[in-house]
Amino acid sequence: MEQSFLDYYSLEPVTRWIHDTLCGVMPEGWAVFLEGLVLGVVILLAYAVLAVVLIYMERRVCGAFQCRIGPNRVGGKGGLLQVPADVLKILTKEIIRLKNSDHLLYELAPYLVILASVISFSCLPWHKGAGVLDMEVGILFVLAASSIGILGILLAGWSSNSKYTIIGAVRSGAMLVSYELSLGITVLTVVILSGTMSISGIVESQADGWNIFKGHIITLVAFVIYLISGNAEANRGPFDLAEAEQELTAGYHTEYSGMHFGFFYLAEYLNLFITSGIAATLFLGGWMPLHVAGLDGFNAVMDYIPGIVWFLGKTFFVVFLLMWIRWTYPRLRIDQVLNLEWKYLMPLSLLLMLLMVVLKVYGLVF
Amino acid sequence: MTTEEKIKQWCPQAGTETAGETVVHVPADRLEDVCRRLHDDAEEPMDYLRDLVGVDQGEGCLSTYYQLESSRTGSRVMLRADAVEREGRAMLPSVSGLWKTAEIKEREAYDFLGILFTGNPDMRRLFLREDWNGYPLRKDYDMDSNPLDMGNEENADVTEEFRLMPDGTLERRENVVFNPDDFVVNIGPQHPSTHGALRLRTSLDGETVKKIDPVLGYIHRGIEKLSESLTYPQTLAFTDRLDYLSAHQNRHALCMCIERAAGIEISERAQYIRTIMDELQRVASHLLFYSCLVMDMGALTPFFYGFREREMILDIFEETTGGRLIQNYNMIGGVQADIHPDFVRKVKAFTKHMREIIHEYHEIFTDSVIARTRLKGVGKLSREEAISLGATGGTGRATGWSNDVRKRHPYALYDKVDFKEIIYTHGDSWDRYMVRMDEILESCHIIDQLIDNIPAGEFRVKVKPVLKLPEGVFTASVESSRGEFGVFLMSRGDKSPWRLHFRSTGLPLVHTMDTVCRNGKIADLIAIGGTLDFVIPDIDR
Repeated sequence: MEQSFLDYYSLEPVTRWIHDTLCGVMPEGWAVFLEGLVLGVVILLAYAVLAVVLIYMERRVCGAFQCRIGPNRVGGKGGLLQVPADVLKILTKEIIRLKNSDHLLYELAPYLVILASVISFSCLPWHKGAGVLDMEVGILFVLAASSIGILGILLAGWSSNSKYTIIGAVRSGAMLVSYELSLGITVLTVVILSGTMSISGIVESQADGWNIFKGHIITLVAFVIYLISGNAEANRGPFDLAEAEQELTAGYHTEYSGMHFGFFYLAEYLNLFITSGIAATLFLGGWMPLHVAGLDGFNAVMDYIPGIVWFLGKTFFVVFLLMWIRWTYPRLRIDQVLNLEWKYLMPLSLLLMLLMVVLKVYGLVF
Repeated sequence: MTTEEKIKQWCPQAGTETAGETVVHVPADRLEDVCRRLHDDAEEPMDYLRDLVGVDQGEGCLSTYYQLESSRTGSRVMLRADAVEREGRAMLPSVSGLWKTAEIKEREAYDFLGILFTGNPDMRRLFLREDWNGYPLRKDYDMDSNPLDMGNEENADVTEEFRLMPDGTLERRENVVFNPDDFVVNIGPQHPSTHGALRLRTSLDGETVKKIDPVLGYIHRGIEKLSESLTYPQTLAFTDRLDYLSAHQNRHALCMCIERAAGIEISERAQYIRTIMDELQRVASHLLFYSCLVMDMGALTPFFYGFREREMILDIFEETTGGRLIQNYNMIGGVQADIHPDFVRKVKAFTKHMREIIHEYHEIFTDSVIARTRLKGVGKLSREEAISLGATGGTGRATGWSNDVRKRHPYALYDKVDFKEIIYTHGDSWDRYMVRMDEILESCHIIDQLIDNIPAGEFRVKVKPVLKLPEGVFTASVESSRGEFGVFLMSRGDKSPWRLHFRSTGLPLVHTMDTVCRNGKIADLIAIGGTLDFVIPDIDR
């Protein structure tokens, strides 16, 4: 297939040129260090900006679902400055230290959660040649990194020394560990289909059609399972049992204030984004434009649209789907959550993986 | 043979008082026997204890009034028993073995009047602090005996029980509420889902609820005590502030009781207005029930649906009465003001709108598979338990117990309109929910029948500003939005009541929590609390 425009938009020559120039004026070690530093700042900035965008989006979407307007005063008509104002406010809030908490763990927990989220965030394939962390076992790394967040939640609940938080933490521990299984298995299904674990490799393999179309009905079902378990992993309704405002006031982060609470809040939204981003990568082709085999003219037109637009478009589409679910359904009960996973989702995803292996071995996929 | 004659037969010493309503006076030592026979009567079992009211008769005489009703025939009887002094304390035998609701109502009587009920397993105070001095509803209570105490209140984990031994001595026992190694979580008093300042001490085993001990009184205002020093028209102001979601109905009950006692006949027009207002109030309350229930279950979107339509009713209230939540509309002799010229048009528009839009409620929540699995088969209450616990209203009707006061003891215009009593039979959270949803439409049906036929005439008859009621005991009960709301008024011929007691609809419902939630999950506890639909200011009068 002709991919001239894909190459035209690729950032790889740019990054290589920067690297070479830097190496020209300083030793390579320094150059890598400097690049890492700049990238770190860029990632954290993008992280914060995206959090603001997502919170604003959530409030507008939820307003639309709830027959109301949503934020519309601060910063002109659309209420655009509402969330930045809220961020400013939360930055000025006092961080309360509890007398009878385990201080070290209590203060470590929010950082663990945010760390897990930032690391997985760095693995997203934004654009051709713009994957920050791109390694051979990329998708495995994302799964591993995102699991650190569970530790943060458990520690937060335990170290706060409160009954509500411990119930919330135990709930989320049970739930996250369970849903990681079906999440991992559906990811493996895609890995089998694509034949690689590298994130950029998975995206490249979808040049002639997104995985969701390539894997017959199997990837479609896997996509749905992924969305359900990804939603559970992100601790969002109807799986927000760990917070469950009506039952546990705020679950595991009941005792946190100020920016410590802000970290949990931030991580929740970014986890939503990461879940959607990975879904977009695995099933909807990441930054890969929509290609239909045989329609070269159409494909060429699609290639004019830059990859980052594709990636963000797909990701926000999935984010919207997840918000839609959240603002529609009541919360599940803990036993129902676990039943759903162990009795339905996990066996089903195992079956899907098996079928995918069969299809792949006999070359029945597109 | 009437019930009174039966009691006379079982207990020849029983006397009858006929000032106001008929009260059968039973000696304390025969009370248990008479109650048991009434409860187990073959034709007319008096299995529903409507209310238990403690009264200080003055001159050191404390008594308790038992209002009984038969769930089979609907006939009612009121008993009175005077407490006997033993070891320096006023005592009566407990009837909590016959009617479970007496467990908590006897605690209330003990809390306010210091009547000890021998045989009640839980003789702690109910509303007041455990270190409170004296009993406030006694006529000789010193108002200065309890200066404001900002100290921390420790809740005991044991309860006192007194047993009367056959030889006439008292035996004091301790019953354990929570063991020291129980995992007890305080749900409330500040909690998003207790719908007010209610505190449920909940013992958990993992996610499973083992026991619930409600701690009440956080917003108790002493309305019954206050009323004793106010004139009758002044007491009306309190009723809207009991169960504020049944403001019209509560006030309707008190007005009806006073009118009955004073022999005031109110106009047809006022009756129409009162009935329509009661039903509008019921719809508004059930809409809020829906909103709160869905929010308790974590669905925030349907919450706004309920508020959207409730707003229309509040606007109608505001136009006519000037108030939205607390309307202060019913008066002795009628209603405060005539209806607004737009009232009829707007009410008709509302009932039409409600019928057309209710499918949205069902689409987003009722038909959701999560809602169904979380409500069906959860929090089961049997019909017998509901009657014994006095859980009236939608909670009782969901168990198959036909307890609608509007049908069984019609007041206002309820015997002239055609409506169905909504009854479900499983007694689970789902049925409690469906009862309310169906009642919204049934109330619209009642309103539609009345709204076009409001007769001309005066909306209020002239009543003297200072009213003196004849001596005696008077009662009235209405079907409020969440059960039977009753008024017990005892007059000594004065311009203010000797004793005014309200039957709280919520107190038996809170008492039901422990029975219903046991072995459920925490999430079920919250959903069950939502479906039982209690309002705290009504419990903490």
